[in-house]
Amino acid sequence: MKNKKMSSQQKNEMLWGWMFILPTLIGLIVLNIVPIFQTIYQSFFKTGDFGRGNKFVGFDNYIKVFSDSEVWQSLMNTFKYAIVEVPLSICIALVLAALLNRKMKGRTIYRTIIFLPMVTAPAAIAMVWRWLLNSKFGLINNAFGLDIQWVSDPKIAIYSIALIGVWSIIGYNMILFLSGLQEIPGDYYEAATIDGATGIKSFFHITIPLLSPTIFFVCITRIIGGLQVFDLIYMVMDKTNPALSKTQSLVYLFYDYAFSQKNLGYGSTIVVLLLVITLVITVLQMKAQKKWVFYN
Amino acid sequence: MENEKNKTNIVVHIILIIISLTMLVPFFWMILTSFKTVSETMQVQPFVIFPKEWKIDSFSTVMKEMNFFVLYKNTLLMIFFRIVCAVLTATLAGYAFARLNFKGKNFAFTLVLIQMMVPVQIFLIPQYLMISKMNMLNTTFALVFPGMVSAFGTFLLRQAYMGLPKDLEEAAKIDGCNIGQTFLFIMAPLTRSAMVALGIFTALFGFKDLMWPMIVNTDKNQLVLSSALAKMQGQFVTDYPELMAASLIASVPMIIIYILFQKQFIEGIATSGGKL
Repeated sequence: MKNKKMSSQQKNEMLWGWMFILPTLIGLIVLNIVPIFQTIYQSFFKTGDFGRGNKFVGFDNYIKVFSDSEVWQSLMNTFKYAIVEVPLSICIALVLAALLNRKMKGRTIYRTIIFLPMVTAPAAIAMVWRWLLNSKFGLINNAFGLDIQWVSDPKIAIYSIALIGVWSIIGYNMILFLSGLQEIPGDYYEAATIDGATGIKSFFHITIPLLSPTIFFVCITRIIGGLQVFDLIYMVMDKTNPALSKTQSLVYLFYDYAFSQKNLGYGSTIVVLLLVITLVITVLQMKAQKKWVFYN
Repeated sequence: MENEKNKTNIVVHIILIIISLTMLVPFFWMILTSFKTVSETMQVQPFVIFPKEWKIDSFSTVMKEMNFFVLYKNTLLMIFFRIVCAVLTATLAGYAFARLNFKGKNFAFTLVLIQMMVPVQIFLIPQYLMISKMNMLNTTFALVFPGMVSAFGTFLLRQAYMGLPKDLEEAAKIDGCNIGQTFLFIMAPLTRSAMVALGIFTALFGFKDLMWPMIVNTDKNQLVLSSALAKMQGQFVTDYPELMAASLIASVPMIIIYILFQKQFIEGIATSGGKL
């Protein structure tokens, strides 16, 4: 009798549970899970001119990707972008969060200003920076008496774009660090002060270790975000810019193939490559976290 | 000791002021440029910082060229429906994942995690083909489509429900509530802050989304703010006063909303970003 009652309760819970998750589940399957397989499937096909026709070609697209210097170059560009943007934006944001994590005048105002780029459309950000960095009429070259081709010199253009990326993401990272810092009890710092640790010492010995789970989380999301850079490059670089080939990222190339040239097969192959790289890096980070992330 | 503290304080303020200026200069430059004439922007001897006359011509031109009313309407509709869909579905699913035990739950939750781990671009081609096959290109529905459910939101709401005490449900059960009533009247109201956080997160990233609107909506009456700016840059290549005026018109309302509700914004981003 008791057993039967339990099972009717379980049945009841099961019914409600499935009813509650059904909308999300259907949405996820239709919008995300099936598309993953469709994209992988599509990457084994060759799309004809103007997106017409679909011919099975096996691994041809993959062979082509590996011998395509444009893809390799865009991979390099993406890594260069991420190598500048991720560490720099994390370090600056970390220092800012540590500075702002105390009672002080103007705290809210500083925080509001630093977060401002996050609420601005990337298209607007890219346009104003393009104008600031204009080699002839831009504010930066004129204010500092420089003559640098920020976005048209193939050697430095990708780094200029990475710096714009740093500028626009610092506020976001800082907010995450600030909320992580609020969970560190003040006693730790008091004890450190009694032991004679100064601000910088306690930053390295208390703040960084105790904040390491947040730092780890921000690292993962920023690296994934950095590998997907598109908006800034698309908006800053003209089709005629001589540095375009040295700045276009993997996602830029994906967009170009899949949606400008309607070559869905090759576009899919490029995005599958991005998927593999993202997963490999995430797994490596998960492994590495055991060495430096500190959970209570 | 007191003196030392003051010194550190001054150094801290100097650092923060330098950073703040770095953040603000691009915005000031946007404003200054938008009031200049084209010839003022193309002059280096001497370099012009403030416009001689504050001209509003660029604003009136871009207002005429670009239908900002339509752009705002499209952007708002996209954001509104994405928020409604995401918050509704995520609240339901989040509760089930956090509080109910049933067969298949873990499998379903794995799908949520998979969605969060793969780069979003991998969904785009099939999503585009679906919209195209449904004959829905250039509609509001197309803009909302990929945001109808939110794996991230489901995760966020699940975390919120997991943080609530167990007694609440037991008390409700004793009072004779079924699972639906417990959810609706007792539990869901307690996750309001997580819902607000998800709403803000959805709004912000919808507003900033560029690639999807560019792919599905190319008709000039169906553009959103970000895709319209991108399109405009191609047309007005060097007319920076007009480009900056358009950027300002597109950015200012969101900035005002942010300044008015900054507490909610910051908390929303902090909870949604930090909870993963």
